[in-house]
Amino acid sequence: MTAPVVRLTGVDKTFSRGDQLVTTALADISLDIAAGEFVSLIGPSGCGKSTLLRVIGDLIEPSRGEVIVNGKPARRARLDRDYGMVFQAPVLMDWRTVEDNVKLPLEVLGWDPARRSARTREMLDLVDLGEFRGHRPYQLSGGMQQRVAIARALAFEPALLLMDEPFGALDEMTRERMNSEVLRIWERTGTTIVFVTHSIPEAVFLSTRVAVMSPRPGRITKVIGVDLPRPRNELSRESPRYFELVTEVREALRAGGGLGLDDEIVVASAERTMAEGGIG
Amino acid sequence: MASAATAARATAPRRLSGGLRGLLFVILVLLAIAVVWEGAKFLGGVPWREPGAGPGSPIIHRPPFKWALVNDLNLPHIWNIGIALTKPFERNSDNNLAQGLFSAALYTWREAGIGFIAGALLGLVLATIFVHSRLLERAFVPYVIASQTIPILALTPVVAFALGRNVLAVVVVATYLTFFPVTIAMIRGLRSYDPRSMELMRSYAASPWQIYWKLRLPASLPYFFTALKISATASIVGAIIGEDVGSIQDGLGRVITTFNQYYVTGPEKLWAAIFFAALLGGAFFVVVRTTEVIVLRGRPGAAAG
Repeated sequence: MTAPVVRLTGVDKTFSRGDQLVTTALADISLDIAAGEFVSLIGPSGCGKSTLLRVIGDLIEPSRGEVIVNGKPARRARLDRDYGMVFQAPVLMDWRTVEDNVKLPLEVLGWDPARRSARTREMLDLVDLGEFRGHRPYQLSGGMQQRVAIARALAFEPALLLMDEPFGALDEMTRERMNSEVLRIWERTGTTIVFVTHSIPEAVFLSTRVAVMSPRPGRITKVIGVDLPRPRNELSRESPRYFELVTEVREALRAGGGLGLDDEIVVASAERTMAEGGIG
Repeated sequence: MASAATAARATAPRRLSGGLRGLLFVILVLLAIAVVWEGAKFLGGVPWREPGAGPGSPIIHRPPFKWALVNDLNLPHIWNIGIALTKPFERNSDNNLAQGLFSAALYTWREAGIGFIAGALLGLVLATIFVHSRLLERAFVPYVIASQTIPILALTPVVAFALGRNVLAVVVVATYLTFFPVTIAMIRGLRSYDPRSMELMRSYAASPWQIYWKLRLPASLPYFFTALKISATASIVGAIIGEDVGSIQDGLGRVITTFNQYYVTGPEKLWAAIFFAALLGGAFFVVVRTTEVIVLRGRPGAAAG
């Protein structure tokens, strides 16, 4: 195996308010992700999977441990624009057209206008939204908005695509269609993807490996390799092997431990506090 | 998918007719005010005479009641205000009152407009500094707020004394009343971005400058225009008061002071001046509102407010 795109070694994340330790969100996370992999992080709400994604993306600093991306510390990787981010909500700027939203990272990176336009057109074609380039985000459906967000994240060809429950807010039918779409894009671009989800079928259908996390403190309790043949399609969802893997992930989640509602609320609010406080 | 496009196209003409309907309502309310005004005078005013006619002319209507509040001194007949507009602005003046008030209003607007732009820029700069430094925000925002608790009537003479009785003093007073709403609104507005948009910008390793121009400022524009609409009218009030204290001869401030002194002999003139001041404030508001609609077009909810 060549050098991993992501190498996590002994990562802890604790949240404190003042001197008081509020919660341990992540405990002793170690994980290698190879180039071209599609790794899902799955776990119950509040298990710290979104925190882990933000630690990889250098949006949250770990309390302990090392995060190496493309052979560099995560901070360096962020400054080198190695990350594309997709959130649960599309997070499009409503004062920009669809086309200008996709252009945003290219403007920040200082591409010249001709190159920006060409790449934007290419990316919108990739997500089948070429004819909507002049629309405003609010004129599109939720699924279409999320495709714009994916096009935007991939526009500058980041080495690593971080997706935080990107289809969590979509209905089941749209979600399955988006799953196939993201697989198609992944196969075409060869981008390494880290994908946070709480949907077992989604994780199994998409991933090369599924990392199962336990509730607080979040640990990776099991990493399950998904050997479903590719290319995957709607039939993959009906194969016996698919159901075996779904069962395996479910059992790993259950073995990871139960979760009281209080714990969930504490961790979720600590994550929120951190996410807001860390970006001022 | 195409339905979204057609829906967007369909809202355009509806919005236009909405604007016309709004104008219609404004006119209707204006008519209603006129009806209440003259209705009250019909019931409780002093005896009505021919429009524009003097005290000795025949009475055409005797109101059944007698209410001091609506006598001809407190509330002159609307048509008499209208007639006063066609009379000379001042003794021996070539212009009639309407022309005189119009040019005074334009003059005041120019002062208010300069103060308004200066105040908006000052407010924007202050808010930009404050959202980037909690320390400076904590240190100086209390003084920004305290500045507005000083009665403008107390401050204006000080400004006039320091800067001289000239247009600059008037502009400074207008600026003083303008910058406050902009500062307060923009402290909020420049923080009103979606926190995930900030994560996105950080994931691009965007510079603080890029974050400001591409995220903070565009996200704050609805707040900016809300503040500007308040400031537009405030700047005119500031200019009128400033003109009065600064002894500026050409604006509405001096006209209002003069007509105030001669109110007993000609209440219509002061009412006409009040009407023009209100019209000026309204016109300035409409200018800002129109700019807002143009700048914010395409955003959801841009038609509201």
